[in-house]
This record gives sequence, structure tokens and C-alpha cells, in this order.
Amino acid sequence: MNQRLRDLMLGLLGLFAVGAVLEFLPRSGLVDRRYLPPASETAAELGGLLGTGAFWTATGQTLRGWVLGLLVAMAIGVVAGGIIGSVPVLREFTSSTIEFLRPIPSVALIPLVVLIWGSRPQSALTLVVYAATWQVLVQVLYGVADVDPVARDTARSYRFSRLSIARTVIWPTALPYVLTGFRLAAAVALILEITAELVIGVPGLGQAIGRAQSSGAVPRTYALVVVVGLIGVLVNLFARALERRLLHWHPSVRREVAA
Amino acid sequence: MTILGLGRRVLAAVVLPVVLIAAWWLLTANSTSYFWPPLETVVRAFPGTWFGERLGTDVLPSVSRLLIGYAVALLAGVAAGVAIGLSPVVRALTEPALEFFRAVPPPVLVPVIALFAGYTGSASKVITIVLGCVWPVLLNTVEGVRAVDEVLLDTARSYRLRRRSRLRHVILPAAGPQIAAGARQALSIAVILMVISELFGANHGLGASVVQFQRGFAIPQMWTGIIVLGLLGVVLSVVFRVVEHRVLAWHRGARNADRGA
Repeated sequence: MNQRLRDLMLGLLGLFAVGAVLEFLPRSGLVDRRYLPPASETAAELGGLLGTGAFWTATGQTLRGWVLGLLVAMAIGVVAGGIIGSVPVLREFTSSTIEFLRPIPSVALIPLVVLIWGSRPQSALTLVVYAATWQVLVQVLYGVADVDPVARDTARSYRFSRLSIARTVIWPTALPYVLTGFRLAAAVALILEITAELVIGVPGLGQAIGRAQSSGAVPRTYALVVVVGLIGVLVNLFARALERRLLHWHPSVRREVAA
Repeated sequence: MTILGLGRRVLAAVVLPVVLIAAWWLLTANSTSYFWPPLETVVRAFPGTWFGERLGTDVLPSVSRLLIGYAVALLAGVAAGVAIGLSPVVRALTEPALEFFRAVPPPVLVPVIALFAGYTGSASKVITIVLGCVWPVLLNTVEGVRAVDEVLLDTARSYRLRRRSRLRHVILPAAGPQIAAGARQALSIAVILMVISELFGANHGLGASVVQFQRGFAIPQMWTGIIVLGLLGVVLSVVFRVVEHRVLAWHRGARNADRGA
């Protein structure tokens, strides 16, 4: 059998086994089903949710917050990273500040955004943008630093304009890093969006989870967690597909396909 | 390095932070804005807020929960990752399920764990941190172990290295950089979860105090809390970098040798 097909089958088998365990544990009484309902119950609840408008509204709100935050973070990260990265003096003088600001957990800003915006979407947006921008910015800085100096000097001695150097020399080198930044930022942005909804009560799936849990709707809590996990998987797959698409010419992707 | 070069580097590291702090200080100096108190007020509030009783009742418990959870996640993640990574069949079997668990945003674990045991004790918070941090470590370890050079493994086997020394001298070092990458991701997740878990249970802790300040409209104190959380993030990342630098020193050496540097 083809290796990939075999791996796929094994993977499905593994998922099935997880489902079976989650079905068996509560039914056998090893885990109290008030805390962990059987997988079939969660699945039924999930099926029911898919038919409700409120669920899709919440999903739409979460996705909108995620996309918007991610776009803003990408724009800031790429532009700021490109500028800082191409000017050595700027890079030298900003690196300590970037290294200092980056590890500050964006959740530390929660009290502040609550104070300023309460549970409006702006609160989530601020957290998402703060957290995701660093991922992009730092990757772009790596990318610009990776540009071959000989290529750059060659372009310069052929009197390429600044703009065409940026387009033909810097951008292709930095692109793989930009996309790595995008992949990391996409995951982080989703985490912060859901967190803001859960903790602050910004409308969306996270808020729905918090509400389901506090009202004792246990199967619904699990169903929503599964949905959020599936969105996370899709986000990852999407980011990887984008990488493959935009970098089909790049050695790292070509090697992967050949192997 | 010349004295001049060193001076320049120090200058480069200090100038922007000084400018930013000065700007913050000046812009808020006469601030009557409720949200943005003068930085001076915040700084004055700092020692009284954090160096008293709170250090023992809030900061230390938070930090110890964070460290315990992180350490457990690291050990469990590396152990399970090595076991899974060494067998192609187990890997194929578990990969989609693991990818799913990793994709679940860690903060939603909080309400799920709250279902089981309520959310007041320390244990549930540590469990949250462990369950959130373990996935990046685990998956990165699997990835690292999978990429170990086959020839190297065969050589070790034909020299009849025992399982244990194979693990210690061949597999773990080879997977080291990848494991470190996972550990770094896990660290920021750990900090996030430490804060989130305390925002939930009305309890002691660093995150809980910051929220109490905010709800009680003690704005300068709230700012000091944000600063403490920021400093904690920075300190952890510096410590991580130092440890990583030590542990992976040989790796950097090998890489530089490869590049002919």
C-alpha cells in the first residue's frame, strides 16, 4: 500500500480510537458523565448546534475578529520589519526594545482593554494585534537579515532603484520568513481572539463556551471546544497550503515534495 | 572588541528604552486621565503594592504554579514525544489526534477543567498549564526525533550502544534544537495560562490581583500589575535563553563548523 494512504488510514484509526475511549470512559462509569459526556452525546449536540443561527453568528464574529486582527498585525509587522530590517542603524537601536516588549504576555493587557473598551470587539482586536504583530515582525527581521549581501550589492551596482531592490532581491528572500510569521501569527491570533471572548465576554465562540460552562450545559461546552479545535486545525492547514502555494519555487518546498 | 565598539553597543541597547520611558513619563506627567495615570504615580505605588505581603500570597504561588506546570509539561512532552517519534506506525496513528489537541486554543481548557473540579484550588490551575504546554513540546519532539540521521542511529546500533545511551547520546542531542523550539513556545503559553487561570477563579495570584485592582478602580496599582507581568515574561525569556545557550552550545559549534565559520 502507498505510504501516504497507509498513514492516513492509521491517523483516522487513531482519531477513531480517541473517540471510542471518550465514549467508553463515561459510559463505563470510570469518569462521571456529568463532567465528561460520551462522545456520541457531544457529537449529537454539535449536530444540533450547526442548525442554530446563534452558533453561526458566534462563529462569524470569532472569524471576523481573527481575520481583522491578523491583517492589521501582518501589515504592521511586514512594513515595520521591512523598514527596521533594511536600515542597520535602526535595527541596532531597536533590537533591545523589541526583545523586551516581545515576551510581555498580551494577556497582561486584559485589565487595561477592559477598562477602556469593556467587552466590545476592540478589546479583542487590541490583544490579537499586540500578540500577533511580534510574530510577524521578528520573522521579517530574520528574513531581511538573511538577504545575500552580494546579491544586494550587485543590484545596487546595476543601479536598481531602492524599490526594485526591495521587490526583486529582498522580498523573495524574506517571503518564506513572512509566511512562517503568518503561520505563527494566525495561530496566536486565534488563541487571543478566543481568550478575549472567553475572559472579557467579547461576542463570539469563546463567549459561548463560557456561557455554556457556567450554565451547566456540559455537552454544549465540549461541542464548542471541538468546533474551536477544528477551526484551529483549518487555520493551520490553510497557512501551510498558502506557504506551499506561494513558495512552490523555493528549495525548502521543492525538497519536501520530492521526498 | 574596542571600548568604542562596546560603548556603541551599550548605547544602542539603552537609547530607545530610555526615550520611550521618558516619553511615557512626560506625556502622562500632568495627566488627569483616569486610565493613564502619571507614570510617577505608578512608580510610587509599585513598592507598596508588590514588595509587602503580596509577594508571598500572590506572586510566589503564581510563579511556582507556572514553573511546576511547565516542568511537568516539558518532561511529559519529551518522554511521550520520543516514544512516538521512534515508531513510524505509532506516529501515523497519533498524528491527526495530536494535531487536533494542539489546535485547541489552550485557554478554553479552563472552562473544561472547571467542569471537573471547580476552579478554586491550585491543582486545577497547574493541570491547565500542563495540558496547554505539553502539545508544542510533544509535537516538536516527535518532529525532532523523526529527523534524527538514520545513519547515526544505525551506527549507534551496530556499536551496540544500549537503548539508554542511544537515547542520551544520539537521539536527545540530535532532537535538541527542535525540542528547544517547542519549549520556547510552551513557555509563552504557560505564562498566558497562568494569568488566564487566575482571571477565572476568584482567588489569590498575580493575575487575580491585577483584575481585583481593575475592578476596584485602583488604576495605578493595576498598572504596576501589568508591569510585573511584563517583567515576569521578560525574565523568563532571558532565563530560557541562557539555559538554551548552555544546553545547545555544542549545536551552535557544530553549525558554525559546517558553515566554515
